[in-house]
Amino acid sequence: MTAAENAAEIEALVAAHRPERESLIPILQDVQRKYGYLSEGTVTELARLTGVSANEIYGVATFYTRFRFTPPGEHTIRVCLGTACHVRGGRQVLGEFESQLGIKVGQTTNDGKFELERVYCLGCCALAPVGVLDDKVNARMAPKKVRHLLTKYGKRDCEKDAQTR
Amino acid sequence: MGSFKPVLLRNRGVENSRSLKVYESRGGYRAVRKALKMTPDEVVAEVKKANLRGRGGAGFPAGVKWGFLPKDRTTTLLCVNADESEPPTFSNRVLMENDPHQLLEGTIITGYATQAQIAYIYMRVEFHEQFHILQKAIDEAYAAGYLGKKILGSDYSLECYLHRGAGAYVCGEETGLIESLEGKRGWPRIKPPFPAVEGAFRRPTVVNNVETLSCVPHIIERGADWFTGIGPPHSTGPKLFCISGPVNKPGCYEAAMDITVGELIERDDMGGGMLPGRRVKAIFPGGVSMGVLTADELDMKMDFVDPGNHGLLGLGTAAAVVVDQDTDMRMVLRNVARFFGTESCGQCTQCREGTAWMYGIATRMEEGAGRIEDLDILLETARNMGMMPGLSICGLPDGATYPIETIVRKFRSELEEAIRAQAPGRVEAVLSAVN
Repeated sequence: MTAAENAAEIEALVAAHRPERESLIPILQDVQRKYGYLSEGTVTELARLTGVSANEIYGVATFYTRFRFTPPGEHTIRVCLGTACHVRGGRQVLGEFESQLGIKVGQTTNDGKFELERVYCLGCCALAPVGVLDDKVNARMAPKKVRHLLTKYGKRDCEKDAQTR
Repeated sequence: MGSFKPVLLRNRGVENSRSLKVYESRGGYRAVRKALKMTPDEVVAEVKKANLRGRGGAGFPAGVKWGFLPKDRTTTLLCVNADESEPPTFSNRVLMENDPHQLLEGTIITGYATQAQIAYIYMRVEFHEQFHILQKAIDEAYAAGYLGKKILGSDYSLECYLHRGAGAYVCGEETGLIESLEGKRGWPRIKPPFPAVEGAFRRPTVVNNVETLSCVPHIIERGADWFTGIGPPHSTGPKLFCISGPVNKPGCYEAAMDITVGELIERDDMGGGMLPGRRVKAIFPGGVSMGVLTADELDMKMDFVDPGNHGLLGLGTAAAVVVDQDTDMRMVLRNVARFFGTESCGQCTQCREGTAWMYGIATRMEEGAGRIEDLDILLETARNMGMMPGLSICGLPDGATYPIETIVRKFRSELEEAIRAQAPGRVEAVLSAVN
């Protein structure tokens, strides 16, 4: 557990669910919602509280794309490259995010502000291509919309850039 | 053809269509009252007679599925499959957003027909807003006595829980869904036993798709004969179709299953035609896993039978995505191969390794280092990994191979041309770097 996490809080999250094996995934979701990720310490604590071994918790958690084991950026950008988004230019959108942020997909900016992920089909193909910022879906994305979007979410050098224009 | 009066989407666009009050005012929950006066077997018989085939992809008749439940069971569970993950499908989302009570009414009637005590709605985690919409509808239904103990004063009780997935395509497969519901990795189970005999928590379980259940209230209210009067005899009832890609009006539309792929693209009340300057080159008519059609096959009927005549796996989710003339089929091939390579659950060797190999080959081809023989390797791999040849636990590898196989077979000349146009020495350079 890191300093930000707290055994009593984790215990309360676990206690909110029925003490059954099928509560594991909902518990992991609650814990991740609170701390942003599943740290090693948290998983150890969860194993103690639920009686499911840490090994098995990792086994389950790593199966699903939603769970993560490193701290997230302040904002998460998910660019869809599902078939519909792909054929409507999702890759160009992803490329623009990469070049604006100076990172590759799967990385987080040095200031911890943005992390960039690639996803495959979010079930809103009529809006293709889409880029999801945190949980907000941005429809009909285009490379030229990327800068504006990042500025809105507080990308600093973009702001400066925008002012000088 | 002609004007089709929406059934499943009749409340779309109506103000506050999500609320119980509006749903009731438009005739909602009448079918539950009617069903509760029938015996469970009569409800099952009516749905069987309507020939309601599952809308989730496989097209299995829902009433027949319910009939597989053992007669001497004491517990029955109902799982609502709201894990909609097939690219590019979003009809379940549209149903849940616009008319959550229609789904709940279908769930309650199906619960009664199968004598289920608990209904789990398994929803993919990416559905955020929809989760809250449905939870609110469930709360309203409990408060109004449609869910919970002794529904509407009858002897029938049903509890309903909304359960969220955690991101895995294979959890749309019914036994993968069940495993995930139990808090495990979403690994599909070996069948038999089928879920109807031994499903979630080792209890007899029925798993049905959102759209399938949304049809049920209408069958009960208006009768099986009304339902079978819509569409051809083998593909009865109203159906939702999605269309996306470079068309004027991407979206979700409702029709009888007598329309063609071309109509779905062109009709003014559907896709509205291609965007200016774009022409159809290929189309995946039933979700990517069903396989691809060429521009010469737009007369294919969007029903449960005709896709088979075009070398496709089936109607699938009836969600079409169009690929235009400027799109390189190598890119499409790689995109599809990557999806299934990522989503293979890893239990069956030939699926885990096969999807990864196909992705590797497709990647190399897209990078301009393909070989003509790669096309045959793709076809051979595709032939040797699915449930159809009896090699795998679930149907995921069939869904992974149909698009690959149909792209290679139907667009072979384009792919070969692209390979012949590659810079000399590329193949050798890339392959020697690998070795």
